[in-house]
Amino acid sequence: MSARSIAADVASGARSAASVLDEHLARVREREEEIHAFNLVTEEKARSQADAVDAAVAAGDPVGPLAGVPLALKDNMCTRGIPTTCSSKILEGWRPPYDATVVSRLADAGAVFVGKTNLDEFAMGSSTENSAFGPTRNPLDTGRVPGGSSGGSAAAVAANFAPLAIGSDTGGSIRQPAAFCGIVGMKPTYGAVSRYGLIAFGSSLDQFGPFATDVADAAALYDVIAGHDPLDSTSITDFTPNAVDHLSRGVQGLRVGVVRELSGGAGSVEGLSADVLARTNEAVEALAAAGAIVEEVSVPSATLGLSAYYIVAPAEASSNLARYDGVRYGLRVDAPTTGEMNTATRTAGFGAEVKRRIMLGTYALSAGYYDAFYGKALKVRTMMLRDFASVYENFDVLITPTAPTTAFPFGERSSDPMTMYVNDVCTIPSNLTGHPGISVPFGVGDDGLPVGVQVLAPALADGLTFQVAAVLEAAANAGGAT
Amino acid sequence: MSPHEPTLPDEWELVVGLEVHVELATRTKLFCGCANEFSTDPNTNVCPVCLGLPGSLPVMNGKAVDYAMKLGRALGCEVHGSVMARKNYFYPDMAKDYQTTQYDKPTSMDGELVLSDGAVVGIERAHIEEDAGKTTHIGGGGRINDAMFSLVDYNRAGVPLVEVVSRPDIRTIDHAKAYVNELRDILLAIEVSDAKMEEGSMRVDANVSVRPVGSEELRTRCELKNINSVRSMGRAIEYEAQRHVDLYNSGEAPRQETRHWDEDGGRSTPGRSKEDADDYRYFQEPDLVPLEPSAADVAAIDASLPVLPAARRARLADLSGVGPDVLSTVVERGQDGLALDAIEAGADADKVLTRLQNDVAVDDWSNLTPPLLAALIRMETSGELTATQAKQVLSDMVESGGDPATIASGRGFEAMESNELEGLVDQLIADNPDEWIRFTSGDDGEQKKMQGFFTGQIMKATNGQADGRAIAQLLAAKGS
Ligand SMILES: [Zn+2]
Repeated sequence: MSARSIAADVASGARSAASVLDEHLARVREREEEIHAFNLVTEEKARSQADAVDAAVAAGDPVGPLAGVPLALKDNMCTRGIPTTCSSKILEGWRPPYDATVVSRLADAGAVFVGKTNLDEFAMGSSTENSAFGPTRNPLDTGRVPGGSSGGSAAAVAANFAPLAIGSDTGGSIRQPAAFCGIVGMKPTYGAVSRYGLIAFGSSLDQFGPFATDVADAAALYDVIAGHDPLDSTSITDFTPNAVDHLSRGVQGLRVGVVRELSGGAGSVEGLSADVLARTNEAVEALAAAGAIVEEVSVPSATLGLSAYYIVAPAEASSNLARYDGVRYGLRVDAPTTGEMNTATRTAGFGAEVKRRIMLGTYALSAGYYDAFYGKALKVRTMMLRDFASVYENFDVLITPTAPTTAFPFGERSSDPMTMYVNDVCTIPSNLTGHPGISVPFGVGDDGLPVGVQVLAPALADGLTFQVAAVLEAAANAGGAT
Repeated sequence: MSPHEPTLPDEWELVVGLEVHVELATRTKLFCGCANEFSTDPNTNVCPVCLGLPGSLPVMNGKAVDYAMKLGRALGCEVHGSVMARKNYFYPDMAKDYQTTQYDKPTSMDGELVLSDGAVVGIERAHIEEDAGKTTHIGGGGRINDAMFSLVDYNRAGVPLVEVVSRPDIRTIDHAKAYVNELRDILLAIEVSDAKMEEGSMRVDANVSVRPVGSEELRTRCELKNINSVRSMGRAIEYEAQRHVDLYNSGEAPRQETRHWDEDGGRSTPGRSKEDADDYRYFQEPDLVPLEPSAADVAAIDASLPVLPAARRARLADLSGVGPDVLSTVVERGQDGLALDAIEAGADADKVLTRLQNDVAVDDWSNLTPPLLAALIRMETSGELTATQAKQVLSDMVESGGDPATIASGRGFEAMESNELEGLVDQLIADNPDEWIRFTSGDDGEQKKMQGFFTGQIMKATNGQADGRAIAQLLAAKGS
């Protein structure tokens, strides 16, 4: 059942929020042990929120657009009084004294928080295998990963533990798990959604975004969380989200570019599997059939995204994660001196991937290496911004696959960071440019698992990504995808 | 300014640059809404932002930026677009384990500070940054890695600072002191800081080196920290410079390092050496947007600047012949407006300024209006009042207001006729023949002593109303 019909039923009094919650908690009880979508199920909090919504409905008070809708929060979102771990031992037991802005907005909209979802530690990974609390399993095939880093949120929606979830996307961490789990996931324009209360990984790349089972629900959730926040200096001012208004606009006359370098064309990145490329082509054909003007387009610097990203994100992370030093909160491993305590704490508290990225980032920013690494990555970023800007002079949106493959089995890539990193090759460019992107399911691969197709748009054209995704979704449902 | 005492042997020259951290007197901290105040209970003025809690984000305090730009313009700097940067290092008083500061694009660059004697010290930059918390190490050796335990108070974390970095243009300790005093006067004049060294709202680090006179090279410098007063700074620089000279003279050389000034011990001790100092890995702060003041913003800042101390001193210097010390004191106390108006009203400029310097060293002189001050000075210069009387009348005027003529007659001050005074002197000489002989035929010391005796007696007889200068003239005339 969709979030919007739940909200409509709850608001009209046709169903109670408490009963909606009960149904979802029953599914959690049934499958959570197997899936491990959550680090924490916040049943008590959810019940009090559901009761408050029901009381408001009974009293005839106005309720929000997400009244009574169960929703899962990624465990890197600060929730007041509720443990927030980033799936890291270093934050185990920490309870933030404040709510992230997005959390407050969702609470105000009447959402019911069922739990905090698992992620790759500090959102560093593409499979949720890097969680200190064990991996999340893909509800569609529990032998496979749900993607990452927002694997817990994607799995929670795919398993119908909640019709909606929030994830965060630094290099594809919403879109890739959405693709792997057969749901919709969207990364907003940088600055469209407040980062206040998002525990930082790569500050210039991070964005919260929606997960939902369909495009219309994702748009409704987007409209609730987006908008200016004075607590985030990088938040866009004078911006009114209107994704829902875009849903029925169609693609007649829209100029759609297929990015050659990310879609198996000439000079394309390698490793894109044939079934994924086939579904992407069918998606493009579906858009053409719906009236869009489709053309192949070249964005040469798009292939450089991966290298630039793996300098910029770890560099920012190395600084963002310095504060976990054992002094103020979270884990502390005692040692004779302060410096030794810092080292012992960080050694015990961080997992291997986090340590790897802190070291990469520290190196990239070091005196003597800055120009060759961090400085160069910034130049690539500028070049990509310029290239995409010139492409968007002639195109409204761009199409690529979301991920190179469908969901892969556990352990297949966790031993080799480089093959894991390639997962993000199609999603990373929009983090580096700050542009919006959405992943929408479009058929299945040879293994029967879902394929995601990605729609990219220029800054602030978030509504347009939903508009095109809605057409793709309709085509897929009508059998346009094989 | 008094001539400086020689600090170093003749063949050596002192080279000093100063880095001054100024706490801005904003209502709230640099990146959050916490009160910016000298607080009593530790960790009471804190929030998720200044504690650097996960997920928190900074929001720039616009007032702090205005203050920083104001200071930059007051120092004659170019003020342009700037970006915040992260300076990464681990220390428990840094809540985020990085300091948000400015690096390659500071708010203000390339200015100068004109000292009270006209000397000019270049300003390299003045940048905005956040303060750290305060660590107290308890037990053990009292330092971070040998204490029994350490306490951290984050009340100061996130307090807005501007760091003013001078060029190494300072050559004497007096100039170093004058630089700090001048900077403090400017800060007070433009009202951006209370600039109290003893409370830490103005903190000075000194970069000290020496070189042979005539050389233009910059030799290895040491950075002195923990300087708590202007006087302490003078001692620290003097000690450090001599230490460098001694090292060079014994065939050694100082190494570049940060040194800790020990005020009680009167010496500097080595801190961290710069060679093994942290690599701060500066990069642009992604959580804040660049500061881009428009030309109109800078023009508005300029328009808001008051006339600065150097210009105020220059105005008084044009009108008078008094020394720089008098000018500094009067301007520092903010009495220059009063002085200018009194001079305008016809009072003698030098007298006005010296009276203010010597006799109006109070916080509140609001009873003293320019016409009343001018009237008093005119009475003094015309001889209606003696210096001593003028001083007493002025004191009454400051205390309780009123015009000098009324106060003078109320106190029974009448100008003494000189023949009346002469009669008194003659009588005194007749009554004290031995003392008179000692005055007329003694040596210089004896003469001085006896002049004091006769003057004292006459003052006693006249209740202090006689003019000391007139007495001296009479005694000299009669003794020759
Ligand atoms: Zn604060």
